[in-house]
Amino acid sequence: MIEAILQYQFLQNAFISGLIIGVIAPLLGVFIVVRRLSLIADALSHVTLAGIAGSLYLSQSIGALALLNPLYLGIVASVTGSLFIERLRRLYKHYEELAIPIIMSAGLGFSAIFISLAQGFSSDLFSYLFGSVSAVSQQDLWIVISIAIVVLLFLMLFYKELFVLSFDEEYAKASGLPAKWIHVLFMIVTALVIAGSMRIVGILLVSSLMTLPVAAAMRIAKGFKQALIFSVLFGESAVIIGLVSAYYLDLAPGGTIVVTSIIILLLTITLKK
Amino acid sequence: MPNQLIHLQHVYYQYEQTEALKDITLTIDEGDFLAIIGPNGSGKSTLLKIMLGLLKPTKGEVLLFGKPAPLFKERELIGYVSQKSNAFNTGFPATVEEVVKSGLTKKVGLFHAYPKNVQSKVKDALTSVGMEMFAQKNIGDLSGGQQQRVFIARALISNPKILILDEPTVGVDSENVRSFYHMLSHLNREHQITIVLVTHDVDAVSKSISHVACLNQTIHFHGFQNEMNSMSDEQLEAWYGHSVRKVNHQNEVQL
Repeated sequence: MIEAILQYQFLQNAFISGLIIGVIAPLLGVFIVVRRLSLIADALSHVTLAGIAGSLYLSQSIGALALLNPLYLGIVASVTGSLFIERLRRLYKHYEELAIPIIMSAGLGFSAIFISLAQGFSSDLFSYLFGSVSAVSQQDLWIVISIAIVVLLFLMLFYKELFVLSFDEEYAKASGLPAKWIHVLFMIVTALVIAGSMRIVGILLVSSLMTLPVAAAMRIAKGFKQALIFSVLFGESAVIIGLVSAYYLDLAPGGTIVVTSIIILLLTITLKK
Repeated sequence: MPNQLIHLQHVYYQYEQTEALKDITLTIDEGDFLAIIGPNGSGKSTLLKIMLGLLKPTKGEVLLFGKPAPLFKERELIGYVSQKSNAFNTGFPATVEEVVKSGLTKKVGLFHAYPKNVQSKVKDALTSVGMEMFAQKNIGDLSGGQQQRVFIARALISNPKILILDEPTVGVDSENVRSFYHMLSHLNREHQITIVLVTHDVDAVSKSISHVACLNQTIHFHGFQNEMNSMSDEQLEAWYGHSVRKVNHQNEVQL
C-alpha cells in the first residue's frame, strides 16, 4: 500500500488529511466530552450536510458555481449552526439541550430539501455522508491543514482557560475569565473540525471520531494531559487502521474508522475490568 | 481602622417577581471570619454571587477592595469555592495537581503559560490544606471532604486576600466537617486570610468564626459571634421565619 500511496496523489491526500484529523478531532473531542457537549457534534454535522447538499445543488443548477468546493458552504453552515446553538442555549436557559434537536432537525430538513431539488442522491453526496479514500482533493487537503492550524493555535492559546471552563464553569466566571467569548470561539472551532473531518469520516460518523477515542482514553487516563495524549493515540490508530482496511476491502473509510474506534473502546473497557 | 475588603450599601436583588435580597448593608473587614447563616431560600448564595460580581444588584452599591464591583479587575484577590464544587463531574479526568494549578489561570492571564515555579506553588497550596500527598491522584478518587480541601488549595494558589465559600461542607461527614473548619480557622489566623462562608450549620462553625450575619432576605443580625446571645426570641423568629428556641450551651448559642 505504501507504494500506492507514493504513486497516487489522491491516496496521499486521504492519508495526510486522515492523520491530521486523527489528531485534531480527538483533541477537541476531549473538551467536548468533558463539557457534556457530545451531541452538539452530531447536530453540527447535520447542519454541515445541509451546507454540502446546498452547495451540490447550486453547482448543479448555476453554471458559474460548478467548480465550487462544497466544503466551503459546509464550513459556513457548520459555523452558522454553532452560533445558532449558542443563541438557542441562552434563549432556553433552563432547557439548554433543546438547542440540539432544533438545530439537528433544521440541518436535516434543509438537507432533504436540497437533495430533493438536486433530484437524487449522487455518489458525490454518498462520499460526504460516509467518507471516501478517493474523494479528498488537493484543495480539500489544504482546507484541512488550515483548519488544523486554527485548532492547534486555539488550543495552545486557550488551554488553561478551556480546562477551567470545562472543569468548573461557575468558578471560571467568578474568576473573571471571559467565559462567554471563549465558549463561542470553542463552538466555532468545533464547527470547523466537523466540516474538515467529513471528507474522510463522513458527515454521519464525524462525531464518533470526536467521542469514541475520548471515551476509550477516559477509561485508562490519569489526569487531563494523559486523556489528551491517549485520545490522540487512539484517534490516530483508528484512522490509520481504518484507512488501510478501507483501501484493501474497498469500503467507506467512515465505517472502518468508526468500527476500529469501537474495537479500541471495547479493548480498554475489557482491560480496565 | 481595618481595611474594608467588601462593602455592600443598601443592596436589593430581585429574581423576576421574587425579592431575594432587601436592603442589605454589610461590611467585611480584613481578618474577619464571617459566617452568613440563614434558612433555605434566605438569599445566602445570591448574596455571595453579588459579592463575587456574578450577579448585579437590582439596586444599591457593591465595593470590592474600595472599588465599585464593575470596575474591580483584580479577581485573583478573591478566592471562591462554590457549592457546585461538591457536585462536580467526578469522572472528570484531572489530577489534583492540574485542578490546583488551574487556580492561577486568571492571574497568569490570557495567552501566557504558567510560571516556571508553578509546581512549588501547587505544593505550597496543597500543603496549606494538608493535601500534599494527593497531588497525583485523580480528583474524582477523593472523598467529598478531601475534594473541598483541593478546591480551597485552588483558591489559595493565587494568594487571595479573601476566601468566599458557599456551603462548603455539603456532603462531608461530621468528623471531616470539624477538621475542615479547623483548617479554615488556621488559614484565617495564621495566614491572615479573611474568610466568608455561607452555611445553615451554625453549630459546626460556631467555634471557628469571629462574626455572624443572620440573613433571611435582609440582615437580621450582624456582629461578633458571641453577641448572637443578645438576639431576642422575636428577632430569632423574624430571622428564621418560624418559631425557634435558643439554647445556651457553654457560652455558645445553639438553635
